[in-house]
Amino acid sequence: MDLTVGPNAFFWTAEQQTELYAALETAPVDRVVLGEWVCSKRLPFYQDQIPHWISGLMEAGKQISLTSLALITLKRERKATAELLEMGVEVEVNDLTALAYIPAETPFSVGPLINVYNEGTLIWLAERGAKRICLPPELPLDSVRTLCKVAKDHGVIIEMWGHGRIPLAISGRCYHARLHGRTKDNCQFACEADPDGLDVQTLEGTPFLTMNGVQTLSDTYACAAHQLPLLREAGVGALRLSPQSVGFVDLCQSYRQLIDGKLTPDALTRTLQGIVPAQRLSDGFLTGQRGVDWSGSTSHI
Amino acid sequence: MVMEIVCPAGTPAALRAAVKAGAHTVYCGFADETNARNFPGLNFDRAEMREGVAFAHAHGSKVLVAINTYPRAGSEALWHRAVADAETAGADAVILADPGLLAYAARHHPGLRRHLSVQAAAANADIINFYAQAFGVKRVVLPRVLSVPEIAAINAETEVETEVFVFGGLCVMAEGRCSLSSYATGRSPNMNGVCSPASHVEYHEDQGVLDAKLGGYTIHRVGRDDPAPYPTLCKGCFTAGEKTNHLFEDPVSLNAEQLIPQLQKAGVTALKIEGRQRSRSYVAEVVKNFRAAVDAVDAGRPLPTGMLARLSEGQATTTGAYKKTWR
Repeated sequence: MDLTVGPNAFFWTAEQQTELYAALETAPVDRVVLGEWVCSKRLPFYQDQIPHWISGLMEAGKQISLTSLALITLKRERKATAELLEMGVEVEVNDLTALAYIPAETPFSVGPLINVYNEGTLIWLAERGAKRICLPPELPLDSVRTLCKVAKDHGVIIEMWGHGRIPLAISGRCYHARLHGRTKDNCQFACEADPDGLDVQTLEGTPFLTMNGVQTLSDTYACAAHQLPLLREAGVGALRLSPQSVGFVDLCQSYRQLIDGKLTPDALTRTLQGIVPAQRLSDGFLTGQRGVDWSGSTSHI
Repeated sequence: MVMEIVCPAGTPAALRAAVKAGAHTVYCGFADETNARNFPGLNFDRAEMREGVAFAHAHGSKVLVAINTYPRAGSEALWHRAVADAETAGADAVILADPGLLAYAARHHPGLRRHLSVQAAAANADIINFYAQAFGVKRVVLPRVLSVPEIAAINAETEVETEVFVFGGLCVMAEGRCSLSSYATGRSPNMNGVCSPASHVEYHEDQGVLDAKLGGYTIHRVGRDDPAPYPTLCKGCFTAGEKTNHLFEDPVSLNAEQLIPQLQKAGVTALKIEGRQRSRSYVAEVVKNFRAAVDAVDAGRPLPTGMLARLSEGQATTTGAYKKTWR
């Protein structure tokens, strides 16, 4: 099973990202998706570095995709999306708008923010040129099984959200800006202080969600370790790991060891919680009653 | 041309009330998970749909059938049957969100008009034109993330008709792209046609304080005698940084009645009212008000004012993203 590093969801400086992608050159991952998928206002701060990151990672033998934004509304966002293809690497579609710019039969990949819930949509995307689909994190295992069978018949690789805070919603409104009494247009980049997003608690003080500008994520970090045998059996070809600011390369190594059978799921979760002590885990979308549930023995709440 | 009022009907009685109150168009769904208001006691069986369409047509109104959840893998036949039955019932269009289902409808029911549901969150002219080209979509219901100038810009770049929400519940997240509800309760709009479901709501009162919980999470706290809003996740009260507040949106509902003239100038074809879960008397009252408003705008008269405030959830309303400062 392959490991894919998903696009960074948070507002990191160009230096922080350069450090990440340089470290990933030697990390045991097969594929890296980079670019901006949350807020187009962040892009000018690091856009000119993207070609350098791509060439470094390609030289290191990694497969590369460039993500589209998750929600495309403005003219400059449409233009930037149309120009993604010019970078000469595969585009990962995270807003179907990107498909409008990809010529028919040009290969592309589909990210977790596209609603691929059923065979009909999967086949339509495959016929349009999709070679790899990272399914929505919300999907239960039964759906994953069904979709993997169809994907195999259409030469599509299925990827699942393996680790990281789960993207739950995207909005036109910037919540970081709203928290600071500002609007999105005058946000003053309030999100840059939170490299893993800002914790959102319920009125009882229970950690619940994570604020990331226009995006809302789970507080918990998804961890598909316990479902790995089931995902493998279903025919899932890759796990996606979503960047976090601390210990990410160690985390990639641990997942590789898990896949290679050198680490048990419990040992992996202990390792994860050694990297970030307060990290709460979940895997409920796959096999639980609700997304936040966790099937592991290492309790998190 | 008078703007089209598109009105919700959760029951045959609400459909008749809406038609009699002057709705140009009514939208409704089948009583199962194929539609995004899959609530107990709501929606239409097949016979009711046929009778409802016949009643509406006899009174000069149209009926749109919403089949706007995302078909479950392995069970697509349920959604395919809904499209076929909508056509058999004589529906004027189906409202779809899923690309696979759109492709199916275009291939197997080419004569049935297709509208793109708000659940597809098509938020710019390029994707709208793409849906038109790929699936023959004739109308798009725009997501509630756009300002009036952005809607005007979209209309300038597409032949596809646009329909916008003007009254009722307000999603603050891009529609069809939100898993908050399934994260907290296991039930989601995309998969089950429900958001923040009543089955997962609990109220607890202690020492004069009333807590409203969803999926075990306390997201509202009011004094015992204060009105307690329904605990919808995106309108809950949370703490982040030093602040405890409605961090995503206040418990408000949408009322864009005063923006009708601007929406007409922006090239909008139809105005949509949310609320298939609402009573027929509510539906009739809202329709009468909006019908009077669009007729006034069409005749060049000033808008009637403040008619609908008392019908709004929690008494507080917003014009949402239509005014750019909302963002």
